[in-house]
Amino acid sequence: MAQENIKVALIGNPNTGKTSVFNQLTGLHQQVGNYPGITVEKKIGTCKLSDSVKATILDLPGTYSLNASSIDENVVIELLMNRKDENFPDVVVVVTEVENLKRNLLLFTQIKDLELPTILVINMSDRMQLKGIELDIPLLEKELKTSIALVSSRKNIGIENIKNLILNYKKLPTEPCLNASVIDVEYFDKLRKAFPNQLLYKLWLVITQDVNFLNLDRNEMKSSFTKSHADLKRLQQKETIKRYQFINDTLKIGQKIDHSKASDIRAKLDRVLTHKIFGYLIFFVILFGIFQSIFEWSKYPMEFIDSSFANLASYAKNNLPSGEFTNLISEGIIPGIGGILIFIPQIAFLFLFISVLEESGYMSRVVFLMDKIMRRFGLSGKSVVPLISGTACAIPAIMGARNIENWKERLITILVTPFITCSARLPVYAILISLIIPDEKLFGFMSLQGLTLMTLYLLGFGMAIFSAYILNKILRISSKSYFVVEMPSYKIPMFKNVSINVLEKTKAFVFGAGKIILALSVILWFLGSHGPNNDFGNAESIVQNELNKSDLKYSPKFLEDQISSYKLEHSYIGIIGKSIEPVIKPLGYDWKIGIAVVSSFAAREVFVGTLATIYSVGSHSDEEDTIKNRMAAEVHPDGSKIFNFPTGISLLLFYAFAMQCVSTLAIVKKETNSWKWPIIQLVFMSAFAYVTALFAYQFLK
Amino acid sequence: MQDTIANLKKGQKGVISDFNIEQIPLKLLEMGCLPGNTIELIQTAPFGCPLYFIVNDSHVAIRLETAKEINVVIENQN
Repeated sequence: MAQENIKVALIGNPNTGKTSVFNQLTGLHQQVGNYPGITVEKKIGTCKLSDSVKATILDLPGTYSLNASSIDENVVIELLMNRKDENFPDVVVVVTEVENLKRNLLLFTQIKDLELPTILVINMSDRMQLKGIELDIPLLEKELKTSIALVSSRKNIGIENIKNLILNYKKLPTEPCLNASVIDVEYFDKLRKAFPNQLLYKLWLVITQDVNFLNLDRNEMKSSFTKSHADLKRLQQKETIKRYQFINDTLKIGQKIDHSKASDIRAKLDRVLTHKIFGYLIFFVILFGIFQSIFEWSKYPMEFIDSSFANLASYAKNNLPSGEFTNLISEGIIPGIGGILIFIPQIAFLFLFISVLEESGYMSRVVFLMDKIMRRFGLSGKSVVPLISGTACAIPAIMGARNIENWKERLITILVTPFITCSARLPVYAILISLIIPDEKLFGFMSLQGLTLMTLYLLGFGMAIFSAYILNKILRISSKSYFVVEMPSYKIPMFKNVSINVLEKTKAFVFGAGKIILALSVILWFLGSHGPNNDFGNAESIVQNELNKSDLKYSPKFLEDQISSYKLEHSYIGIIGKSIEPVIKPLGYDWKIGIAVVSSFAAREVFVGTLATIYSVGSHSDEEDTIKNRMAAEVHPDGSKIFNFPTGISLLLFYAFAMQCVSTLAIVKKETNSWKWPIIQLVFMSAFAYVTALFAYQFLK
Repeated sequence: MQDTIANLKKGQKGVISDFNIEQIPLKLLEMGCLPGNTIELIQTAPFGCPLYFIVNDSHVAIRLETAKEINVVIENQN
């Protein structure tokens, strides 16, 4: 049966609970993607309205008004201006919240000027009684020329009401609620005469914004309707005042607030959380708690995943008919998938904490506390959020830098974020630390291994701050430092929002990075189990001959191992590894580590997987074996351990500083719109990593 | 001398008189930081910046240099 589909756009200021309305409407029927060409997240969901009608709901980025000041906000106007866009809505739903109704209505009046069917959702109605707010809904509907749904997305009240209004969207009035052109009658009259077929407010937006829409010749329009930047801004101010006058007049009769009832938890919390001393103390305690719990809690699921995949691989090897295909599965695909899944616990916990901090409104207080300190290093208070989320993954972190208004501060944030220890480095650190640092306690309670890990985190953070400081001195970009941060009211995070967020982010990571890791594992397996010439094919007889000549007594197992390692050495990967050995030898790496280091320029997390693949190709033992045990057993030809202290430290430092992530480079290219910055990042960070690792190894050996 | 909102003391209120439009981000105007509106200083971060205000029911933090551009008539404290 053909279903009718209504296209809905969800719009609202940040912090109005727009996303929870979206989540309530669509549940898990959501898809997250990107707008073409830009990295703005695009969320689309579906919702059943009746047996024959469904709605496709687009959750647009939060915006304060239709005067865009970032690419996220541009997305909103570009969509609303372009009737030909495939997502152009049949009906717009503006989400506001009861406590900030006055300010939220500014955007609403602008959208009404576009003469689209518009529904007004007033969210957080459960707080009305607490705040002593009363609303006269029928009167507001009449004055604002719309239909209103009073909802509480938190308590799941009123969502059905929104659905009904969407279903009957054709009955919604489309006339504007005020006439903004009175701010400069003469100017707007001229504009109307020049473009009689266009909506006046659209024309005004085209003039004031730096975005391209309509099929109007912008240049022609600009030249005949030029005003200086300051004049335009003065007009925008007039427009804003005009809109607020209307809103104030409307709310004066439609809203009653009993101020005596306003119990102010917010003021009390703010006094403590933004306090000059306690504010910082609380922040550091929270940070410390987060990192502690991430490592403690994810330890067990990670160990479980690691050993399960080792078991699975040996099970597959022993139980499937032996042959090329079985080898691909047990040596390429299974370790590859294991290498991806092992990240899930840590990433999920980190996103969990970050989204709780954001949802609760606490993150804005951190921005407030940290701004002055961060500015000394050329960063903004808003850089704190990317730097913290950088501990999960640099990609969402770099995208999160988008709300930093000042270009120089934003660029520096983007450039230094990859120094922050991301979760992809963690498995590398974890395995190396467990190999070279003894599992002992310092003063009886501080784990030496934990301490090393913390030092590496601090090193990454210190390096980020230090290079920000240098960049701030070098970069000659002058841009106005606008800084406006809304301090939202405190809210208890909603389970549904947090869990959907964690799920989406983890999924995006697993499928995004996962594809690269899996593909590389398979390629590596192929390169490791095939060779170019007869040495590889005739490995058995060559090794046998050698051993016979030397007159040694050997067990069959020894022979097998000898054959495997001979094969590996003469495979494609062995040849590549041997040829780069001169470059990496001064760092204390053998050719196997070299392969892992080179392949992890695609993504760091490949390191452990690569070694796992190389060693599982190289070893012939049937017993299940974890990667760590295999690494610990690796020896130089002279019998000394490969993963000794100097090599381990050198590797740790290399991974701490090197720019080894193709996805990050791609995102930096997109966000800075030039190849210059990602290339500088790649060259500078990798050179620095090489030099540090070199010094460390030569000094320690 | 003309007072700016940077001169407000913690908990003190004033009415915005005027400002140099070129120095003020549009976003701040849209949040309701407009002439005639009452503004209150809630909190100052260490070293005097940023400053946290309530204006037009909006809770918003801005930097010192922006605050210095906004003139205000400070309410008499009795």
